[in-house]
Amino acid sequence: MNLAVCLKRVPDTTTKVKIGSDGKSIDPQGVEWAISPYDELAIELALRLKEKAGGETVGVTVDPDGNDVALRKALAIGLDKGLLIKGGTTFDGWATAQVLAAALKGRPFDVILFGKQAIDDDGFQVPTMVAQILGLPRVNVCTSFEVDGAKAKCKRQIEGGEELIEVSLPCVISVQKGVNGIHDKRFPSMKGIMAAKSKPVETVAGAAVESSMEVVKLEMPPERPPGKIVGKGVEAVPELVRLLKEEAKLL
Amino acid sequence: MNILVFAEVRDGKLKRSSLGTLSEAVRLAQPLGSKVGVALVGEGIKGQAETLGKYGAAQVFAVESPRLKYYAPEAVAKAVVAAHQRLGSGAILMAATAMGRDLAGGVAALLGTGAATDCTGVTISGGKVQARRPVYSGKAYATVAFKKAPAVLSLRPNVFPAREVGGSATVEDLAVAFEDADFRSAVKDVAATAQGKVELTEASVIVSGGRGLQSPDNFKLRDDLAAVLGAAVGASRAVVDNGWRPHSEQVGQTGKTVAPNLYIAIGISGAIQHLAGMRTSKVIVAINKDADAPIFKAATYGIVGDAMEIVPALTQTLKKVLAS
Repeated sequence: MNLAVCLKRVPDTTTKVKIGSDGKSIDPQGVEWAISPYDELAIELALRLKEKAGGETVGVTVDPDGNDVALRKALAIGLDKGLLIKGGTTFDGWATAQVLAAALKGRPFDVILFGKQAIDDDGFQVPTMVAQILGLPRVNVCTSFEVDGAKAKCKRQIEGGEELIEVSLPCVISVQKGVNGIHDKRFPSMKGIMAAKSKPVETVAGAAVESSMEVVKLEMPPERPPGKIVGKGVEAVPELVRLLKEEAKLL
Repeated sequence: MNILVFAEVRDGKLKRSSLGTLSEAVRLAQPLGSKVGVALVGEGIKGQAETLGKYGAAQVFAVESPRLKYYAPEAVAKAVVAAHQRLGSGAILMAATAMGRDLAGGVAALLGTGAATDCTGVTISGGKVQARRPVYSGKAYATVAFKKAPAVLSLRPNVFPAREVGGSATVEDLAVAFEDADFRSAVKDVAATAQGKVELTEASVIVSGGRGLQSPDNFKLRDDLAAVLGAAVGASRAVVDNGWRPHSEQVGQTGKTVAPNLYIAIGISGAIQHLAGMRTSKVIVAINKDADAPIFKAATYGIVGDAMEIVPALTQTLKKVLAS
């Protein structure tokens, strides 16, 4: 089974976001770059699918700067090969999807995996768009993915339940935490880190595409109005309830 | 600029967040003197048109098909695009629910444009659509401008209140020529999990627990408080990572982003990842024994002390107050 894992370089979740001098992007100084956490779960799922069925795993990334740090991490974790696409635009899912789809087209993948969202632009759209462009079925926010011959049985998380979907391969999926019982990423071993250095990475130029939107402003979230400490211990409970009722008018 | 809203119907009911989205469309359309239409797609859904009219829809485009009993992503996207073409809309809005988040990308791709998802603010001026949306899981807000038309947007639930304005919509049946390929990702069945529980992202009150509750058993205290308030329950990443609670309850950057009217954080220190997921809640109550915990900086009201004592007392007091 041939598996493509699309992954994105994002600021580590512990990053304190600062607005850059252009007012449209973050200040990259001091930012630790990581693979988006949901993409790490997609890597783990791909490795498990390969362990079961054999085949090849390819990490795919679109990076405007041609930065391969996320891809190298993925190879150290265990993916076989890398495909680095120089191009795309941040915060424009349609541009990214077109670039990705153009690079993936014609390559014999059975499953194209994504994390359910990248934790920088939180766009929730690239997997769907790639599937749409390539004419493939898609299942987003996948909590279970079982291959059965030329088909796959999937579960997708919705409010208060799960949708059950059966798709034909090849297909596109985006994974939720807990997919097939996977809650944690796999960490690279020393052997993996050494092996990653000799794994092949193909670098291609991204297709020229039309952009659909632009960031005009990036700003910090509005400050919350200052709160108050109502008191200490159980004695403060009646006052809290009074405030919720009379001041916040919530009860 | 006419605006199209996708109305989501689940289990025979219109989603409250769809009505909120419709109300926002009505607010946007008013100064423009333009029309709001609604795409109503599914099986046995036409009865909802009356409600949609009451919330300000001028026109409802109904796409009925027995094949649409459950969500069929490609087919529903095709139906929305058909309604858009009929209305000649410059913006297509939907609620950022599980379905809306999936659909927005599908509709946008069919139209050859991008989608702005989970928006918390929309402006239309001089024919240009801009959206404000949280990025980096709420650590920052981006304002994005669409360069192509129509603009496709999903709006964050609980942010846009639903307002009845009185009115009625004309209903037009739209015939959409579906092909088998439009059902390649179709849902076959839906399994309910945790029935009766309030869904986190849609809840108006949330009670969340963290490591301060000391053991998995003590989450009963959280659940008792939530039951009194009719609240959904949440958890911090720490207690999800150590297996005390399922990931479906996690609030924060790698969990759910929520914006309820009242968020009660029990024994949660308020790591940056957690704050990112709940800081837009209207009122935040924090109960924590560490007076220096970052959660108190975000909290509207805080009590410093042992959650194990304070939470049961709060539950009892609320029970009395709510009964009176």
